Amino acid sequence: MAIKPKIKAEKLNLFYGDHHALHDIQLNIETNTIAALIGPSGCGKSTFLRTLNRMNDLIDNVRITGDVLVDGHNIYGGDSDVVSLRKRVGMVFQRPNPFPMSVYDNIAYGPRIHGTKKKAKLDEIVEHSLTQAALWDEVKDRLHKSALGLSGGQQQRLCIARLLAVEPDVLLMDEPTSALDPISTLKVEELTQTLKQQYTIIIVTHNMQQAARISDITSFFLNGYLVETDKTDKIFTNPNDQRTEDYITGRFG
Amino acid sequence: MDTRSGFHHSLELLQKELLQMGSSVEKLIHQAVESLSQLDEGQAQQIIERDDLIDDYLTTIDELCLRLIALQQPMASDLRIIGTALKIATDLERIADHAVDIARVTLRFAGESLVKPLEIIPQMADIAKEMLRESLLAYTERNVHRAAALAEKDDHVDKLYSSIMQEVISLMGTELSRNRQLMHLLLVAHFLERVADHATNIGEGVIYMVTGKRKDLNV
Repeated sequence: MAIKPKIKAEKLNLFYGDHHALHDIQLNIETNTIAALIGPSGCGKSTFLRTLNRMNDLIDNVRITGDVLVDGHNIYGGDSDVVSLRKRVGMVFQRPNPFPMSVYDNIAYGPRIHGTKKKAKLDEIVEHSLTQAALWDEVKDRLHKSALGLSGGQQQRLCIARLLAVEPDVLLMDEPTSALDPISTLKVEELTQTLKQQYTIIIVTHNMQQAARISDITSFFLNGYLVETDKTDKIFTNPNDQRTEDYITGRFG
Repeated sequence: MDTRSGFHHSLELLQKELLQMGSSVEKLIHQAVESLSQLDEGQAQQIIERDDLIDDYLTTIDELCLRLIALQQPMASDLRIIGTALKIATDLERIADHAVDIARVTLRFAGESLVKPLEIIPQMADIAKEMLRESLLAYTERNVHRAAALAEKDDHVDKLYSSIMQEVISLMGTELSRNRQLMHLLLVAHFLERVADHATNIGEGVIYMVTGKRKDLNV
């Protein structure tokens, strides 16, 4: 029996004005999978990531054809609601971007907007989210101090906790560790391994070793085309396409 | 454009080192068989001493591979080159050990005359040496077909090994020294059969390195 993919891109094309940035992208990502998107700068991997929660809608002159299905539902269909989409498909960015407020309020922000008012409930969400993001022990004594006082690595985990507080299904991560030191990087990587039990994670990374360490499947993008998707261990030991081989062995630059 | 030319140069050096090791081992196994057929103690002694050189090659190649893995995080075909080099170097080192084993038999036979002239052992030795040469050539040329052709030669060696076993059993008698010599000749045949197996392993390594696929040549 075929497993229904969590995310399915079908003949997805994206244009920035005249520039054809994504060509016929075809990709299935199953639940509880970590999918890594790799490729040189400008290859379309971040653009593709942003199509998955319609972040490209915010850019002028963008035209999209084809479908992106989340749980079988076309997010570019007329009846799709962007706000609820972004609640289900959350995003973590390259640089940690906590709100200039307390640790507690950062986490409670989303649930409050979505209608949770009771303090006991919010307390529970805050503790649960921070625990899931492997940050609780480090911040439990300073919940009401500014989040901006945390280290970069803690801030990034706070952003992940903030995302988890609104109970998404899918986490999009756009180079989430590129601004972090090596130990914080490893903590975030370790975190992805526990989070994938519950979520589906798609991560853009320039660090191929990171893709190799943490992901289940890897997709290689080049010049707006999806060249190859396969199990991560296959991609990094014996890829099918010569262009993938050349990229991961550094034979072109 | 190669963005990792330094690393790729190191990989070439690794492969060169491995081929040098291979040609030293080839020489050693050739001399071992020669020392036996001519009962040349001096040559046998030299082989035993020269084995240290092969061990040094293995250490050098091991260290180079581990250093490249630790420092360069090789991927895909680069990774397969390194993984295969580690295995091939071990196979070559084992072949050298068998050359030493054969040389020790030569020393044991010192002053004796052979029960009967050697027939099957030289045949086995010729094929085993050819297999080693072919496996190294397949490595140099990255030639999958040449590597795969080793399977048939290995079967031939296996058959010769069973026939020498039959022959030794039929020649066994009551004379202790004669039986001991026959046992040792059977051991030599066993060492040569192992040499052929290691050459076959090298062939499998070449196939994996080139294609990324496993193929069992020793069935």
